[in-house]
Amino acid sequence: MKAAVIVFPGSNCDRDVAVAVDRIMGTKPIMLWHRETEVPDLDLIVVPGGFSYGDYLRSGAMAAHSPVMREVKAQAEKGVRVLGICNGFQILTEAGLLPGALMRNRGLKFICKDVHLKVESAGSDFTRGYRDGEVVRYPVAHHDGNYFADDETLARVEGQGQVAFRYAHPDGRVDDAANINGSRNNIAGLFNERRTVLGLMPHPERLIDDHLGGTDGVPMFKSLLEALS
Amino acid sequence: MKAKVHVTLKPGVLDPQGKAVSHALQSLGFEGVQEVRQGKYIELDLDETDPAKAREAVERMCRELLANTVIENFTVDLEG
Repeated sequence: MKAAVIVFPGSNCDRDVAVAVDRIMGTKPIMLWHRETEVPDLDLIVVPGGFSYGDYLRSGAMAAHSPVMREVKAQAEKGVRVLGICNGFQILTEAGLLPGALMRNRGLKFICKDVHLKVESAGSDFTRGYRDGEVVRYPVAHHDGNYFADDETLARVEGQGQVAFRYAHPDGRVDDAANINGSRNNIAGLFNERRTVLGLMPHPERLIDDHLGGTDGVPMFKSLLEALS
Repeated sequence: MKAKVHVTLKPGVLDPQGKAVSHALQSLGFEGVQEVRQGKYIELDLDETDPAKAREAVERMCRELLANTVIENFTVDLEG
């Protein structure tokens, strides 16, 4: 199992997710600087959270065109698993690896708190450690997490079961009151068609240790370990 | 040649920042503002002197980087 974490200028969750991969998956990921043009064959690529390139132009826009992303796209096409967290999700949409876009939060505020998510689909290498409909608690910390896709795209991703997580109440109800940032259909996490790429705004890597408030993020990394080993 | 690019949110895409600006204008006493939509203005100085080629190049820049066409429209004006 070979994993890598991409590091952009302004990434700030790269080391957290490297710890999560190391501790739960038992493999130390290589850290790939954004200028890297030669990337070894990998099984898992993590695009971490942060504020790549200071969020200039649009969140994730500059990072999506950085040299290393050409390699990430090429490996994603071959089916290598790609996990984008927070800024990573924004980068994957800007790079065209996931449909839609992430816009400024509906309430205009930076949201930093724990939220509840309904696992919409446990049928993937990222989520098989959860149950369909299970409610998990993940932290969010973002200003631009408001998922937007046009009606046609939204119908397509819903129809193909590409929604991984939705913002929900602790009892699993999904409604507008649970929608922290105005995302269409409460979408918090999304797969590509083949379910080999997952992008999500909440941070599973921040909940892998009871000392840090919980372990709801552990099953995601365990799922990947099972799938990829 | 100078290119002036305006990037605006597509109609129908919610613009919470524009809404906040509109509320601020109201609270300052400016009346009669129906809606505020916020966008970006980008100026480019180009070596290209042929307007058709310049337009084509800038439109490509817009599609590839300057605008996110999932949520934004763009217009290009050339000068000089």
